[in-house]
Amino acid sequence: MELTGAEIIIECLKAEDIDYVFGYPGGAVLHIYDAFYKQDDVQHILVRHEQGATHAADGYARATGKPGVVLVTSGPGATNAVTGIATAYMDSIPMIVITGQVPKHLIGNDAFQEVDSVGITRPIVKHNFLINDVNDIAETFKKAFYVATTGRPGPVVIDIPKDITAEKVAFEYPSEINMRSYNPAVVADEGQIKKAVELMVKAERPMIYSGGGVIIGNGSEQLRTFTRSLGYPITQTLMGLGAFPASDPLSVGMLGMHGTYEANMGMHHSDLLIAIGARFDDRVTGALEKFCPDAKIIHIDIDPASISKNVKVDVPIVGEVTQVLDAVNALLEKAAEKTNKGAIEKWWAQINEWRAQDCLKYDRESEIIKPQFVIEELHKVTNGDAYITSDVGQHQMFAAQYYGFDKPRRWINSGGLGTMGFGLPAALGVKLAFPNEEVACITGESSIQMCLQELSTCKQYGLPIKIINLNNGYMGMVRQWQEFFYEKRYAMSYFDALPDFVALAESYGHVGIKVEKTADVRPALEEAFKQKDRLVFLDFITDREENVYPMIPSGAGLNEMILV
Amino acid sequence: MVYEENKTEAVEMRHIISILLENEAGALSRVAGLFSARAYNIESLTVAPTDDPSLSRMTLVTTGTDEIVEQVCKQLNKLVDVVKLVNLTDDVHVERELILIKLVAEDERRDEVKRIMDIFHGHVIDMTDTTYTVEVTGDSEKIDAVLKALEHITMLEVVRSGQLGMARGDKGIV
Ligand SMILES: Cc1ncc(C[n+]2csc(CCOP(=O)(O)OP(=O)(O)O)c2C)c(N)n1
Repeated sequence: MELTGAEIIIECLKAEDIDYVFGYPGGAVLHIYDAFYKQDDVQHILVRHEQGATHAADGYARATGKPGVVLVTSGPGATNAVTGIATAYMDSIPMIVITGQVPKHLIGNDAFQEVDSVGITRPIVKHNFLINDVNDIAETFKKAFYVATTGRPGPVVIDIPKDITAEKVAFEYPSEINMRSYNPAVVADEGQIKKAVELMVKAERPMIYSGGGVIIGNGSEQLRTFTRSLGYPITQTLMGLGAFPASDPLSVGMLGMHGTYEANMGMHHSDLLIAIGARFDDRVTGALEKFCPDAKIIHIDIDPASISKNVKVDVPIVGEVTQVLDAVNALLEKAAEKTNKGAIEKWWAQINEWRAQDCLKYDRESEIIKPQFVIEELHKVTNGDAYITSDVGQHQMFAAQYYGFDKPRRWINSGGLGTMGFGLPAALGVKLAFPNEEVACITGESSIQMCLQELSTCKQYGLPIKIINLNNGYMGMVRQWQEFFYEKRYAMSYFDALPDFVALAESYGHVGIKVEKTADVRPALEEAFKQKDRLVFLDFITDREENVYPMIPSGAGLNEMILV
Repeated sequence: MVYEENKTEAVEMRHIISILLENEAGALSRVAGLFSARAYNIESLTVAPTDDPSLSRMTLVTTGTDEIVEQVCKQLNKLVDVVKLVNLTDDVHVERELILIKLVAEDERRDEVKRIMDIFHGHVIDMTDTTYTVEVTGDSEKIDAVLKALEHITMLEVVRSGQLGMARGDKGIV
């Protein structure tokens, strides 16, 4: 039987086991929307802005590990999706973005709603395709999903001219795909693994530095076994939180610009750095010339281009995190006994001394609501078990520092691109994936306004997420930098026309609660989570000029932190 | 542990990289885009289909420290359209470039140009009453030398093909 191109697209999505597509219609994709209308295997979620579609698909992907799928029209539909594609790209999130294109004969004509989507997205995708022939749709989809989900994952854009979505052809989905130019299967070098284990056993001041790659590569189990068998301290990046439990005493917290004192000092003084699925981002390393001066470095990563990009490593290991750590763990079964117990004990004593600084302390007696306090209470009310999405700013750092993630895929934030507006649509995507789990979006009054329109999507699909708005009346993170580095000249970082968020939430058909006193924080949170099937917007009026500590100013080393 | 420490010792070298890539629309812009996005140098770049029309062969000349060029190669290898990449600089190889020059050649200049062409094994491939168009092939040094030898003659147009490269020996890149 022959199917139209549009019907073939749906069949491809079914074959890939896709349950949700996040999208927004327009002229170039109307055939595809018509095909959606005629079936109910794949559910289409109508967002209110294409950026929302990309973040929702991204949140869905981060929480589930499955690729998120987006469908947008040509021209402005595609350009609106760009921020979300770049967000997913920077954090290596598997995503398929289907963009409509003007009919083939109009391409290059400056036709109505024509943009070169493949050209615009080229630097922010793992790969992209322009389909020229209805016969190529099935194979292209197979390739796109294969590329997006294997190796170091990433977004893939498929641009489809309108005319070929109406043409008919017999459908057959390839069961296998072989691309001579793309071969993500790597087997880590055994010799390198042995060398790494030797260094691990001999280390006197080791530090495990694990990143988002462990979560994306589903390596949390292996990481736990590994860390516990050695008994070494572990620090995690903003993207890696939850791969190893924050509540485990071996965890010294997050590292980097707003990392803990013990993590950053531990990094700086280590003699062996074991980097796993992390990419030595500038927010993590601080000034490169001061980075870990005494450490030998082992780096395990799926992407060879990540290795020795910013920091030269001594033992590179390219491979899947699960496979590499399984091999390491097997060797450690015998070797772990031989670690230098005396030196490690001394090292822990030193780390505990740094810990005693209690770098995350804040005024717990404050009557004015402290943002940190809200996060700690949120942890208690949700038993530390909620899916937490966030936007970008101080609230994001507070969430990372104070929520204490014990499980992977629970902490969902835009670490690489730092996209304000990510939190709400991402939460919507997570809630669709896990309707029975608690999902909260930690945000600020500036960030939330960037994709606010998705409150309407939440209403339409009945997605009772909880919004934790830490409202300090400032673009807090910008204000903090202006306080520290621009003598408090608060240029454009203040909002003096904020909406009434309670009324706003209510106008979308949700519940709004304003909280102004510390004593009301806990009851308000409890009330919000009691309302199982309502979206509750909690507007916490917080200390206006609270800062995120510790902080490493730019140009400083990891041992040069500003503490409270 | 960190590159910056060695900055003073890090020398920039010329590298010639050979790339087999899918002969698909957009493949070339992926390569070119990578260089501009990551602020790598391109000195020259040539690309054309091979005997297998589904593949293009590209020769790319870049300069950078060893670390940077290693990154360049890794990033190029990551492009889904890149089938195979060899840094020819690592091994013995041959390089050729073609230059076409249209120059003013009147009276005694006509003989002089022909003599210079003899020396460089070049050819006159087109002429008018007042001009010659000549071609010379060779490695970059030879091409530079030709240009130097013709320096005192008015050149109307110069076009260089950019480097082509191939490893010596009996092995192919595929
Ligand atoms: C789309 C986008 N624009 C600008 C920025 C720069 N930026 C980073 S944090 C921030 C302020 C965020 O303010 P708010 O959401 O209120 O959070 P707070 O820092 O106060 O917690 C800005 C403007 C960004 N990250 N993303």
